Amino acid sequence: MRLRIQLLAGTSLMLASIVVGVAAQRGGAPPLPQAAQGGGRGGTRGGNVPTPGVGNPNATFPAQQRPAGDPALIARGNGLYGANCRLCHGADLRGGEQGGPNLLRSAVVFDDQSGELIAPVVLNGRNNPGMPPMPKITLPADDIKAIAEYIHSIVATSQGQGAPPRGAPVQLNVLVGDAKAGEAYFAKTCSSCHSVTGDLAGLGTRLANPTQLQNAWLGGNAGGGGRGGGRGGGAANPVTVTVTPPNGPKVEGVRERLDDFMVVLTLADGSQRSFRRDGDVPRVEVHDPAEAHRKLLPGYTDKDIHDVTAYLVNVK
Amino acid sequence: MTIRKFIFVCALLVVPALPAMIGAQAQAGLDPASLLKPLSATWPTYSGDYTGRRFSALTQANRNTVKNLSLAWFSRVTAGQPAAGRGGAAANLIVGGEGSGEFGAGGGVTVKGSMLMVDDHLYVTSPDNVWMLDARDGHELWHYYWKTKGSTHIANRGVGIWHNYLYFETPDDYLVSLDARTGKERWHVEISDFNQQYFSTMAPIVVGDHLLVGTGNDIDSPGFLQSFDPDTGKLQWKFYTVPMNPGDPGLDTWPNLEAARHGGGQVWVPGSYDPDTKLYIFGTGNPTPGYTGQGRPGDNLFTCSLIAVNVETGKMAWYFQTSVHDTHDWDSAQTPVLIDAMINGRARKLVSTAARNGYFYTLDRVTGEHLVTSKYGTTTNWSTGLRPNGVVEPDPGKAATIPGSLVSPVEGGVTNWPPPAYSPDTGLFYVQEHNGFNMLYLTDPDPRGSMGLGGKQVSQLGSGGNFLTAIDPKTGKVAWRHTYTGGGGGGLLATAGGVVFSGDGSGNFVAYDASNGKPLWHSRIGNISNAPQTYLIDGHQQVLAAVGDTVYAFVMN
Repeated sequence: MRLRIQLLAGTSLMLASIVVGVAAQRGGAPPLPQAAQGGGRGGTRGGNVPTPGVGNPNATFPAQQRPAGDPALIARGNGLYGANCRLCHGADLRGGEQGGPNLLRSAVVFDDQSGELIAPVVLNGRNNPGMPPMPKITLPADDIKAIAEYIHSIVATSQGQGAPPRGAPVQLNVLVGDAKAGEAYFAKTCSSCHSVTGDLAGLGTRLANPTQLQNAWLGGNAGGGGRGGGRGGGAANPVTVTVTPPNGPKVEGVRERLDDFMVVLTLADGSQRSFRRDGDVPRVEVHDPAEAHRKLLPGYTDKDIHDVTAYLVNVK
Repeated sequence: MTIRKFIFVCALLVVPALPAMIGAQAQAGLDPASLLKPLSATWPTYSGDYTGRRFSALTQANRNTVKNLSLAWFSRVTAGQPAAGRGGAAANLIVGGEGSGEFGAGGGVTVKGSMLMVDDHLYVTSPDNVWMLDARDGHELWHYYWKTKGSTHIANRGVGIWHNYLYFETPDDYLVSLDARTGKERWHVEISDFNQQYFSTMAPIVVGDHLLVGTGNDIDSPGFLQSFDPDTGKLQWKFYTVPMNPGDPGLDTWPNLEAARHGGGQVWVPGSYDPDTKLYIFGTGNPTPGYTGQGRPGDNLFTCSLIAVNVETGKMAWYFQTSVHDTHDWDSAQTPVLIDAMINGRARKLVSTAARNGYFYTLDRVTGEHLVTSKYGTTTNWSTGLRPNGVVEPDPGKAATIPGSLVSPVEGGVTNWPPPAYSPDTGLFYVQEHNGFNMLYLTDPDPRGSMGLGGKQVSQLGSGGNFLTAIDPKTGKVAWRHTYTGGGGGGLLATAGGVVFSGDGSGNFVAYDASNGKPLWHSRIGNISNAPQTYLIDGHQQVLAAVGDTVYAFVMN
């Protein structure tokens, strides 16, 4: 909803979060016995069982602020959940094959402290309009409290901005493109500046992860030697400007600042110069190495992108 | 000019019809009826007046004279309580709150809201903090600090004022009322459930004896707008933006009631108000889960919609969905703008919005009849076309996909909360336009969908240009664009002096010619973090903007 700060802009971070999806052990909590495998609706996350935890010590919502529960009680609750709740609510608590609701976003769970709101639902059942009715489940108060502790321990591992707890790694196939078509597209659009035996040689080896490779070539960062032009120029390939004052020679240098009122550049000798700008005076030409890649962005179809990636991933 | 006169006449007609609700002790201070007047010498509500135009009638700083605008003062505010042993502001610090003080306000202040100016006093806010400054020189008169229980401290959009009382929302979901002269707390009431992870940022909007209050949430909870009694803090009505019960309108646009009840549609930016129809018109947030729509097939009403509710009853009069089945976190909370114009030879009462998704819409604000849809985001690419009713059809291929989809705009949208402006003199709607591309990957292909804003990864690829953009609301056509060398940001102010004020994102606070976008004046104070404002002090026009924790007042001498 609100204007968000890009937390995972870097492709390496992105790679890590896709591939390493295993819930981290937090707060020194010992590994706990896991519920039986299976149960999640659909194939892709079937065996996904979150690891109980104590939440993020820096978090500021109550679910994440909750102090660590008694590990023995949580472990007992885990088993009881598996036997009594999992079929409907899912091994990962996000709803199960019998149509029970997601407990990770349940208002009852959020408002519950230690089973006092969950117990009446367990004991009396529940009729949610448009959903299968929840049957009454007769359980001792201690067992319900243990289940509640287990549920809270999982909710506490939810991630920021409402994202659920990290699940098990998911195999995601990014390589859906047609390498032949990608080769043709490359020849037509890219080969005037790039070559798979030149600057891009070994690309598929250097960037073995296809997502990382795809992001790199789209951003203009796929060339050897760490081209830095993807977001307006890093140290390797900075944006330069040529300033032509009305009376005087051209001045060239690295762009430090350019706005409607001033241009600041660093000259080859390391010194800085600045000029007042008033409309088109003085004339300022910008040379941005990333510009060519940026100009291509509106023209790509997703198929073009996937095809080129399928081609480049084999450039070993 | 004639349009402004027309509105003024309307205001005069409506004032006597307002309910006589005011207790004798509350008679002083700001009369809510004064909010019906066009924006001029003061700034008494979030957008200055109810129209959302952020158009001031002041003309001292005009196309010819604005170059003489000079700094009157600047004032820096400090959040929270002073550390033990430090003197200073403690004498006029008032502390309230339900929290232990364990969770700080997150360090530095960034003013991202409106600073009301009433009776020569400014009310400045950040999450958990309200300051009263003297608008003559910026000195601080008092500081109210709310000790929080926690939650998301992203922003506070400002206070509302009713007679001598102030109202503001806290991140941990309280509505707090202060005495506007002393900063002493009158009462606080809970407005949404902190345990359910709501967090509240909106500036309360006073309409007669109603206090309109919205709240926010990222974790799949229903959105709602509430009206409170400004005298007592008692709830008057609550309007949910998603279906909550069997038979509720819009339920057929969700797979089931469970999905609808977790469908989001948060109300976190103030709307506009039309006194003729008693309709409060506001935008709603994105559906949830935000990026993984596979678990919520359908249009997902009334998320990403313009909604008109009657302020007396809280009942919806009409709606128009500006994004159906959003899967990009592009909420439509942007403040709508009320415009009066001739279309096809007929005087129309219009409402326009430039949505975060890159589309511009104009509707009839009495009936909700659709009139204009146009694409103003230069590189916006997520649609396959328009439905016959003007609704933009999303391209399912531009949702997050496993191999990645190239999407424009980026997550933050073409625009966001920073307010637009409209000048009846130029007939142009001004908005800060941001274009950019992301690769958007689906990382949680579970058919149930993910939760909140999870289940996706994003790679930013580059900008497609940022602009101060002027749109003709009658046609949706862009009249001109002025390139922001930086990103712009903060929001806009238009004036009858023919000037639009904005930050340029390159560290300059700039006055642009409202007719063509040419820069007329600037001051390098840093990137402004809120929308500029203007008012009169001792007969002189001041122009106000904040840069993070510092408020700058410029003056026409």
